[in-house]
Amino acid sequence: MKADIILEAVNVTKHFSGANSWFSQEPTVQAVDNVSLRVRRGETFAIVGESGCGKSTLARVLMRLLSPTSGNVLFDKRDVSAASGSALQALRRKMQFIFQDPFSSLNPRMSVGKLVGEPLEVHAPELSAQQRRDRVADLLHKVGLRAEYAGRYPHEFSGGQRQRIGIARALASGPKLIIGDEPVSALDVSVQAQVINLLGDLSRDMGLTLVIIAHDLGVIRHMSDRVAVMYLGRIVESGPTEEVYTNPRHPYTRALLASIPAMGSKSDGKTPTVLGEMPSPTAPPPGCRFHTRCPHVQAKCKTDTPNLHSANINDHQVACHFWEAFPDPPPLTPSPPKTKAVEARFALYRAAVEGGTVTYKNHQPTERP
Amino acid sequence: MSLQVDLNAPNRAHTTPLMSLNNLILRFKGQTNDVIDGVNLTVKSGEVLCVVGESGCGKSVSAMALMGLLPIDSTHISSGKLDICGNHIDLSQTCLPSEMRGNSVAMIFQEPMTSLNPAFTIGNQIEEAIRRHITDTQTNVRTRALDMLQRVGIANPEQRLHEYPHQLSGGMRQRVMIAMALANDPKVLIADEPTTALDVTIQAQILDLIRDLRDETGMGTIMITHDLGVVAEIADTVAVMYGGQVVEQGAVTEVFNDPQHPYTIGLMSAMPQLDSPGTRLTLVPGTVPTVANMPSGCRFRTRCAFAAKTCEMRPPLAAITQSHGVACHYAPLEANLSVSS
Ligand SMILES: Nc1ncnc2c1ncn2[C@@H]1O[C@H](COP(=O)(O)OP(=O)(O)OP(=O)(O)O)[C@@H](O)[C@H]1O
Ligand SMILES: Nc1ncnc2c1ncn2[C@@H]1O[C@H](COP(=O)(O)OP(=O)(O)OP(=O)(O)O)[C@@H](O)[C@H]1O
Ligand code: SF4
Ligand code: SF4
Ligand SMILES: [Mg+2]
Ligand SMILES: [Mg+2]
Repeated sequence: MKADIILEAVNVTKHFSGANSWFSQEPTVQAVDNVSLRVRRGETFAIVGESGCGKSTLARVLMRLLSPTSGNVLFDKRDVSAASGSALQALRRKMQFIFQDPFSSLNPRMSVGKLVGEPLEVHAPELSAQQRRDRVADLLHKVGLRAEYAGRYPHEFSGGQRQRIGIARALASGPKLIIGDEPVSALDVSVQAQVINLLGDLSRDMGLTLVIIAHDLGVIRHMSDRVAVMYLGRIVESGPTEEVYTNPRHPYTRALLASIPAMGSKSDGKTPTVLGEMPSPTAPPPGCRFHTRCPHVQAKCKTDTPNLHSANINDHQVACHFWEAFPDPPPLTPSPPKTKAVEARFALYRAAVEGGTVTYKNHQPTERP
Repeated sequence: MSLQVDLNAPNRAHTTPLMSLNNLILRFKGQTNDVIDGVNLTVKSGEVLCVVGESGCGKSVSAMALMGLLPIDSTHISSGKLDICGNHIDLSQTCLPSEMRGNSVAMIFQEPMTSLNPAFTIGNQIEEAIRRHITDTQTNVRTRALDMLQRVGIANPEQRLHEYPHQLSGGMRQRVMIAMALANDPKVLIADEPTTALDVTIQAQILDLIRDLRDETGMGTIMITHDLGVVAEIADTVAVMYGGQVVEQGAVTEVFNDPQHPYTIGLMSAMPQLDSPGTRLTLVPGTVPTVANMPSGCRFRTRCAFAAKTCEMRPPLAAITQSHGVACHYAPLEANLSVSS
């Protein structure tokens, strides 16, 4: 079966040339280097990697908020790498962005109604003022906010609510695809869960395609169907999320997964974590860019660039010269089994939060021994 | 991520508390409600106590009050006894003597960049931290500073001594902060979100470092975090805070394997699990109320799905076992209530 591809990057490279002055030339930042990926219609595709590896830059190129230095971006099979003017505006309607920081990404002087209604003015100018108000109310309802909130301002809302406002705004133009750059990273775990659930519901109910950028491996495992792991501007491994998590093949992916606290074998200081830090993207190491931190590095790694190639069926891909030589990774340690009582407690909690009626067995709280 | 707790881990906890804070009650002037309402924290030699909870629940304020670092003119502490290394300090009367800061108890702050001075070299700043407590020759102080950088795993320490904070990466700055905090061999280290801003690979390195130092020196550590995965990884004991109160407290194995408080259960339910992807997350409804809107009685009752009339009374932190306490009228839930849909 041939997959239905909505968004594709072909050999995309993005370099930022350094500031030029009379006295010095700052070095060029090689933020994204020769990246190819394909996002399927309706799926949630995740991009993961450490700070500075180029995730946001890649997202901005995919969105055409930045132009690639070289390579092509295809939306619905049409090359949009050089789109401008009305073609770019049409693209903006179909592809929307959610930002990481719900505090600074909303104009504080605009009411919620105006924030959500503004994209409608651009993309659906035919609507009357009343129709627009109705659409805004409808959009607020979709993201779980009350229609009355339209008259309020961003500072009156909590972080999670602001992120919902950002999502309602992104939905206003009726997009087919939404790219979220760390959409839940700034949120507390309970609020984060609300937004994750919302995005999951929206993608299912509206058939949206989501591209999610995150550095939290738990969030990605939870949300995404397929994942690409980035290191220093390149994709080092990609495939179905389940496959990449349970059967990681690239030494970097393995190190990332082993670094998650309490995952895998309880570390007690003996986790084989990667050494040192990511080199600067102004002077990426030659050959395999991971070779300065890789425990399996060999001479060839320092000169030859490994390309992404198929690791097995299931379109699992890995960019490492020697992946076949590594033993299978240890299985993920499952969460410890819960006792009957604890199981019951979690079930009670879920039922109560979902609106069940609570009956108290004693009028007075029981005395504990 | 999974909350994996290793039951076979050697129990490092010794018996004598190095530090205990009793019944801290604090409000900021001009507010009508206490921000911190009766917090107790105890840490023993060689033990890591983790304090967890959502943003705004009072983790940093508790730590700053303990260190005596809150502005005196805008803070009112109505109760709080601090026992530390044999000293008894009544925080409602006085604060931690400054000569104890750094060598009895040292702190790593939430934002490394605000606590490193951009105008001085790393070497200057570590040496100054050392000189606050020891008078020694410049050569000896420098040797000690070098030694500290080596201990926290910084490569080329001689060169780094001459560099400025902006020349270091986030992970390295955090190591420098730890080196400064440890420069005078504190008995107790308070680390406020020391890894939150860092990538997982660097976080793992910093957690390893804290573990090593604890084993080497027997230092007691209070670590503030909102990441339950970090808690499962490093804590011996844990205190779950909500609205300026400790709602559940105890040995980390007991709290995570047998969570009792609806808030603890909610936080654990809300965490995306690595081994059960795709399922809908159950969450803690709503958000933390502001200090002014904090309800009386059980402070969690405005968000608790089990709240009843009884909850208008404050539940005491009652013992479930000798090493596990919970503040909820209806714990254990399965014995005291049922839910029908
Ligand atoms: N406009 C720009 N000009 C120059 N360099 C830039 C620009 N934008 C990004 N960079 C550099 O490109 C590299 C990749 O940055 P990017 O923001 O894409 O990383 P990221 O993976 O999103 O990191 P984070 O997780 O911290 O958000 C970094 O070294 C960054 O400093
Ligand atoms: N100097 C101050 N004056 C008035 N209110 C303050 C002051 N410092 C903190 N607060 C308030 O006290 C409460 C507790 O804040 P605290 O910084 O302890 O939270 P926290 O648990 O550390 O949260 P985070 O995870 O975001 O760091 C918050 O409501 C905060 O707004
Ligand atoms: S190519 Fe070499 S350096 Fe790169 S990941 Fe593979 S073994 Fe390591
Ligand atoms: S005391 Fe009442 S409101 Fe508080 S946690 Fe228990 S059931 Fe909920
Ligand atoms: Mg980014
Ligand atoms: Mg804090």
